[in-house]
Amino acid sequence: MGDDFVISEIEKDYIKSLLEQKKRIDGREFNQARNVEFELNLVKKAEGSAIVTLGGSKLIVGVKAQLGSPFPDTPDTGVITTSAELSPIASPYFESGPPSNDAIELARVTDRAIRESHCVDLSKLCVIPKKSVWILFIDFYILNHDGNLFDAAVIGAVAALATTKIPKVKMLEDDEVEILEEVEPLKIEHYPISVTSYKIGEYNIIDANFKEERVSEARVTVGFDEKDRIVSLQKGATGVYKPDELLAVIKESLNVSKTLRKELMKALS
Amino acid sequence: MAGDGTVQLIDEKGKRLDGRNFDELRPISIKIGVLENADGSAEIRMGNNIIIAAVYGPRELHPKHRALPDRALIQCFYRMSTFSVNDRKSPAPSRREKEISMIISNALTSVVFTEKYPRTTIDVYLQVLQADGGTRCASLTAASVALADAGIPMRGLIASVAGGLINDKVVLDLYDIEDQKGSGDVPLGYCPVLDEISLVQLDGVFTLEQFEECLKLSIKGATEIYDIQKKALQDKYAAIRADVSVDAKETKKEVKPKEEPKAEIKEESQAVKEEPKEAIKVAPKPEIKAKPKEEPKTEVKEEPQAVKEEPKEAVKVAPKPEIKAKPKEEPKAEVKEEPQPEIKDEKEAK
Repeated sequence: MGDDFVISEIEKDYIKSLLEQKKRIDGREFNQARNVEFELNLVKKAEGSAIVTLGGSKLIVGVKAQLGSPFPDTPDTGVITTSAELSPIASPYFESGPPSNDAIELARVTDRAIRESHCVDLSKLCVIPKKSVWILFIDFYILNHDGNLFDAAVIGAVAALATTKIPKVKMLEDDEVEILEEVEPLKIEHYPISVTSYKIGEYNIIDANFKEERVSEARVTVGFDEKDRIVSLQKGATGVYKPDELLAVIKESLNVSKTLRKELMKALS
Repeated sequence: MAGDGTVQLIDEKGKRLDGRNFDELRPISIKIGVLENADGSAEIRMGNNIIIAAVYGPRELHPKHRALPDRALIQCFYRMSTFSVNDRKSPAPSRREKEISMIISNALTSVVFTEKYPRTTIDVYLQVLQADGGTRCASLTAASVALADAGIPMRGLIASVAGGLINDKVVLDLYDIEDQKGSGDVPLGYCPVLDEISLVQLDGVFTLEQFEECLKLSIKGATEIYDIQKKALQDKYAAIRADVSVDAKETKKEVKPKEEPKAEIKEESQAVKEEPKEAIKVAPKPEIKAKPKEEPKTEVKEEPQAVKEEPKEAVKVAPKPEIKAKPKEEPKAEVKEEPQPEIKDEKEAK
């Protein structure tokens, strides 16, 4: 994301030489995520919404719920779809147009964490089996890009889902459904948190900012649920990991996920 | 997406629905050089998966502004055929296909000496003809062999396989139903020679211990696949080498220098097509034919071992960008001749 940004060699060297001294350009520890802040329920037209800032990265997530038909192979479960917009307002390196590969990856990695953690019980979104189920559209727009959009997207999506209220429905004859004014909150079963670790040379740092992200060769995004189980994982970029290194990175990420989840739960309570 | 894990996929004796043990791969066969026009190609059959990989390049990149000034771009195009799955797949590339293309190209980039071909593209086309779970892994396995077949210098071959979780048990190489109804899978791309993980994803719910176990199992599986990859490459060139040495003995005096006019070679290759058995004995030129292809290939194979001790050396040894210049007519005859009988054997065997 922002691959067109050319970082100067001198700045690259600076970032790398700082890492050798166990320092980062913004003064954080290697395993320290940036501050996360939430603004909930900003968009009243949406069923749920949240603005999340993770350091300098900022995005807005909206959840819309619509009645629609289920997939034929899962007739009695609701549907979640996730999409990401790398809007040109967020960075000089984003262009308008059809979703780039980066946007697709961001959306799919976020989707994986939400879906595989069973954050929302999809069977509860079924209204009439085979006929009518709730479709939840989780769409997010990046407002400011300062690196590591993955973790911001997942925590933002969970926050938005937690604020989501689904209208009640009344069954009519002939499988018709009437949507009522009254709403009920969407039940969140699990609270997945994603933590991304970036590899620069031999160092692995958590939650890179934009410049660190540009210097990094590889990243691993891991989603954890509140029982410390791994629910999603994606290695990105062209770098590689040794097996032991990967396991160490995942364990480090697990610790960070606990801190981030605390922040999320504080905001939601 | 992983299922809820309620479907019984493994029996009391620990056998899976298709009769495999938890740590057993599906039968795999890899054939090299299955496409005539491609610079390198491979077909992989892994269980019921059938995937063809074609490599074109290094070649000029369009639009030019996307070219990288200091290295080659590796572009992957993973596509499912419309008929490869139960419900017809729309021919338009899905988000899933785009993501898989991207992660495969990332993985391949990690092993190719891209800096040898600045401003070019190496295009890798992966066509899934029949899908049976684990297609991204099988595709990556085939792609890295096809790159080697194209004579592109690499640090090593990537072998890829998924580990997974079915009924709370860690198993190797999920197939269709296990993928859908199991409780998670971890596709892994691993280079045994370099001990590097170049692709890893996960969906489903794993404890840390299960993930670790899964990783170990997949690494073991990938190492087995690597041997099959190596053998596939070796088989092709061993056959050529055998031909060449027979010819060299029989026609020692006739062997001509490399300047031999191309027209003649062409005629010859036609002869090979018509009567392969005959032609091999007569042909004085297999020497010449085999050379351009054989050289880069064998090196690619041996390189990984060399890399460990002296990476610098390996870079030097690696075949030159000639690949493009390599006379196309010549290798074709060879390539054609070989796979056909093999395919037959395959079918008969099955």
